[in-house]
Amino acid sequence: MLKDAFSAIAGSPRPFDPVLEQAGRIILGKDREIRLAVACLLANGHLLIEDLPGMGKTTLAHTLARLLGLHFSRIQFTSDLLPADITGVSIFDRDKSEFRFLPGPVFAQLVLADEINRATPKTQSALLEAMEEGQVSAEGQTRALPRPFFVIATQNPSHQIGTFALPESQLDRFLMRIELGYPDRVAEKALLAAGGQRAQAEQLAAVFAAADLPAWQEQVAAVHAAGPLIDYVQALLDATRRNPAFQHGLSPRAGLGLLAAARAWAWLAGRDMVLPDDIQAVLPAVAAHRLRTTQGGGPALPEDIAALVRSVAIP
Amino acid sequence: MSTPANAALDRLATPWLFACALASALPHVLHQPVWLSLLAGTLLGWAFWLWQHDRRLPGRWPLVILVGAACAGILIEYRSLFGRDAGVAMLVVFVAMKLLELRSRRDAMVVVTLACFLLLTHFFHSQSIPTALWLLATVVLITATLVRLHGGPACTPRIALRHAAVLGAQALPFMLVLYLLFPRISGPLWGLPADAHSGKTGLSDTMSPGSIARLAQNGDIAFRVRFDGPAPPRQKLYWRGPVLEHFDGTTWRPFEGRRPAETLEIISPPIRYQSTLEAHDQRWLLALDAPTALPDDVRLNGTLTASSRKPVSERRRVSLAASLDYRFNRDEDPAILRRNLALPPGRNPQAVALAAGWRNAGREAILGKALALFASDFTYTLQPPLLGDNGIDQFLFQTRRGFCEHFAAAFVVLMRAADIPARVVGGYQGGEFNPLDDHVVVRQSDAHAWAEVWLPGRGWVRVDPTASVSPSRIEAGIADALPFGEPLPGVVQWRADWIRTLRFRWEALNNAWNQQVLGYDPERQRQLLARLGLPDADWRSLAIALGLACGILAAGLLAWATIHRPRCDPALALWHKALRQLARSQVDYAPWEPPLALAERLGQQRPELADAFQAVVNAYIAARYGKPGSNLETLRDAVARFQR
Repeated sequence: MLKDAFSAIAGSPRPFDPVLEQAGRIILGKDREIRLAVACLLANGHLLIEDLPGMGKTTLAHTLARLLGLHFSRIQFTSDLLPADITGVSIFDRDKSEFRFLPGPVFAQLVLADEINRATPKTQSALLEAMEEGQVSAEGQTRALPRPFFVIATQNPSHQIGTFALPESQLDRFLMRIELGYPDRVAEKALLAAGGQRAQAEQLAAVFAAADLPAWQEQVAAVHAAGPLIDYVQALLDATRRNPAFQHGLSPRAGLGLLAAARAWAWLAGRDMVLPDDIQAVLPAVAAHRLRTTQGGGPALPEDIAALVRSVAIP
Repeated sequence: MSTPANAALDRLATPWLFACALASALPHVLHQPVWLSLLAGTLLGWAFWLWQHDRRLPGRWPLVILVGAACAGILIEYRSLFGRDAGVAMLVVFVAMKLLELRSRRDAMVVVTLACFLLLTHFFHSQSIPTALWLLATVVLITATLVRLHGGPACTPRIALRHAAVLGAQALPFMLVLYLLFPRISGPLWGLPADAHSGKTGLSDTMSPGSIARLAQNGDIAFRVRFDGPAPPRQKLYWRGPVLEHFDGTTWRPFEGRRPAETLEIISPPIRYQSTLEAHDQRWLLALDAPTALPDDVRLNGTLTASSRKPVSERRRVSLAASLDYRFNRDEDPAILRRNLALPPGRNPQAVALAAGWRNAGREAILGKALALFASDFTYTLQPPLLGDNGIDQFLFQTRRGFCEHFAAAFVVLMRAADIPARVVGGYQGGEFNPLDDHVVVRQSDAHAWAEVWLPGRGWVRVDPTASVSPSRIEAGIADALPFGEPLPGVVQWRADWIRTLRFRWEALNNAWNQQVLGYDPERQRQLLARLGLPDADWRSLAIALGLACGILAAGLLAWATIHRPRCDPALALWHKALRQLARSQVDYAPWEPPLALAERLGQQRPELADAFQAVVNAYIAARYGKPGSNLETLRDAVARFQR
């Protein structure tokens, strides 16, 4: 159903193919997830990866940072992490007799917030504010974060002990939520034989400079979404609102996010227009964490999204 | 989108089916035995409980045992598995049982079909307005269920019901046209099962003590009458049923066999009226005394009773005329007069002796004596004491409490003992005038028996002994004649003004329904068609008119839909053309399937079509989803190539 729309109109430039290809050599057998992650960054959105420990979440973040030439920092969330540990503190400089601000790890272009749901809600919201505003308010001063600024947060499945599940309003800050899942047999064999990919990721050379990224993002934002396509997005949004399987429907912001993600997906495939294929490809990643099922109350499952897609005719 | 029949039924569709089964079976509770309703209700409740708690449905063997038990119960109850009542009972049980095997969509369709079928069976029992409304609502519910079954979970109850209501509204004009123009057939369209007409109430052709009192406790309508002029006073409204001449000591019966035609002298001018008879399964038409004009298939049978050739087994409308003052058989056959003097030997000696003592007085004096006797201290009641072998003696000299049949029977016995030919006449007396639609409504509770004596020079003369016991029975009606507490039907007993007004309205509405809707027979259809400029319409011209009307309606709806349809994008139209070609090549396609995925699937399933289709897809996405200004020619060419 959600067939990857990799086939492209012949001859279109696809500048991100090297990025995808090199990342695919590090994270084996996860082409689709890599593509979604890159699309998320191109759509200027933040990414949430939910999976068990050891599935390659951190490696993926590392790889992307290196390939895109982004200044990378990692924050390991723990239950005693304080907001200031993220945003930074002012210390007294005895030489100059003044307070000097020591920026925290959030002042980076790509921040990996590892196991975000281990921290207390107060600390979580410090990061989420930074994600939303693109700036940090600490000690009465507002400091702009570097541009571009991405957060890749990882999260353990919420039933694990000692976790604070992100509330729905904060889940909404993430454009996409993806799961990596176990590698298939072939990929796992290659992985085991190579003895881990983290070291290899450290060796990668940047394909682009960080300064190039805004230009790519502009191109993505210019990808054409025609009237019939907007109709389709609207029909999907409407279906989530009417479908009794969900507690509530998708918000207009989710609709905008869906379109932005689909634009990035189409652009990665070398197309200058969005197709229903693109919408369907990104829909699970964009919609599932924003929907709550009526039965059980958890986030929507892939089956729910598939049923949703099947209930909406393409206009 | 087509979903395979054996696809699993989605959970939220199931309550719709419960509702369908319940709505289509519920009115049968009124007619079928209690155990059957309980069984069906229990099965439904069980199915609902299983659904609510997400339990497994019962396996095959419990169901087989249940079917066997239910069939056995029906066999014991009705002594058959066929026929109207047993057949309906089977259907009800099957619908309820099918709810216990709701696994796939096919099962759901079976429930819907059974519910539709069950719906038709309600017309066996009732064709009244409430029934029609209930069935109409159930049809909408069943349609909504079908909409829901095909629409999937995104189809909320409101959407499904709105769709169904719109579909129903669109079907309404077709229903009216078919109703008005489909050739009418007198009688039912198909043979009804033999027991279809069982259980009709009405006068019987015998009379024994208590038989009319039992009937009078029923508030059902026997017939409705509409006079052409003003209605005559109610004490003159004697509606004649069977004439009972033979008495065996307990029971009065008519004489069988042929007799000469009446000689009727009409004194007052005839009054014309239309009578709508409810089915009573007897041949008499309960015409007003004395009938002067009759329909074609109706004759007087020699006792002034209008009899039709066939029993009145469904509601029937007749046009009649009556003269209220008449002389009837002034020269009666002596053999008949002898018959009307016969008394069972050795019975009722006291009464016979009393009347024998009157013989010397004049005939008028004898009548006066008998009526004076009744006027003395007799009580008119629906609950008379039981009588033994010499019932007339017991009644006249001991109990002195009785209903009209007691008075009529005692009077006739006295007259015969006094040597005056006399007989009992059964029928109805009076009726209630409904000012809203000018109809006189005659109920079973107006059932009555009176006497007729033959006097030389005057012929058969009506004498109503009840009138001397309880004059208000004749002048005002049975409810005034009986004290409160007698077992009269509520519809007759409750006489507060607002209740009466409400009842008049309801009955007038029902009458209009009976006359205009249910009474739409071949004759009425002919009249209507003649008014529409189609005189002497045969089935051929009817078929043409029907086809024409339906065609015009369909064209109108189509035009409306076309005007209101959003304008189709030409690129989309071409795309649909390509998809139709795909369907011709045996490739199925779902409306949610996006173009690139479809092309890729085609590449795997039908590689020989893939290249041409890929060209169509490329041109289509450029035309429909690309920047405006792309020309359609590429797409048109690609589609044309693909079609080749």
